[in-house]
Amino acid sequence: MEAVFKALADKSRRELLDQLHKSNGQTLGELCDYLDMTRQAVTKHLALLESANLVVTIRRGREKLHYLNPMPLHEIYERWIGKYERHRLQALSDLKKGLEKNQKGK
Amino acid sequence: MKKKELVYVTFIRTTPKKLWDAITKPEFARKYWGGMGNVSTWKKGAKWEHVDHDEKGLVRLVGKVLECKPPKRLSLSWASVDDLKDVSRVTFEIEPIEDMVRLNVIHDRLKPGSSMAKGVAWGWPRVISSMKTYLETGKGLNVFAGDDESPCEKNN
Repeated sequence: MEAVFKALADKSRRELLDQLHKSNGQTLGELCDYLDMTRQAVTKHLALLESANLVVTIRRGREKLHYLNPMPLHEIYERWIGKYERHRLQALSDLKKGLEKNQKGK
Repeated sequence: MKKKELVYVTFIRTTPKKLWDAITKPEFARKYWGGMGNVSTWKKGAKWEHVDHDEKGLVRLVGKVLECKPPKRLSLSWASVDDLKDVSRVTFEIEPIEDMVRLNVIHDRLKPGSSMAKGVAWGWPRVISSMKTYLETGKGLNVFAGDDESPCEKNN
């Protein structure tokens, strides 16, 4: 679990995860297009994410595709977010989204 | 529109054979998969059904066995009985690593935003997590714990 937190403790790596969340299954090249980083830096970040099992790769022919793997996050979720809190958190999150939407409309 | 693809990778302290049985034998699956099991002859081209293991025995999901290489790879077409036209695909890949097994569950050909896509994004982490707990401790988890808002339930 320490590897997961270490991997998440970096803005660029979180951006990489965001990219995969938006569109799962991307090549290194595709991921580099979105980020203002060198290819070497992206490769390094991806290796760290992979060692934490947050990103997994699957070969498709010649391409190596990167995927977001939600399993480690699910384990964290199971450990600290109890079943009773879930409802309240969802309600609060919906309220926040609703309020933010109204703000934009003004 | 680009089809959605979900990938789940988890490491389980078990053997490929036991993991294979946990997926393909309903008497094992029901212990961790919310009381449901997968029923088929597991021959390529055969049909398979995801069935409730209570008296009613309701069929929830149906499909065909696209590929079956025990205990390594199982690929299924996958559709809800409520919407047989929305067919996606699930592939289980099992690979031994020392005293563990790496399980890849790949659910692709999903329609973005469909009730199936939402339902399985909610359900897979729970089912896989419960499967791991079952194989390692002999007891599964309650996959529906705390979730009246489960998208799976809503669709019924």
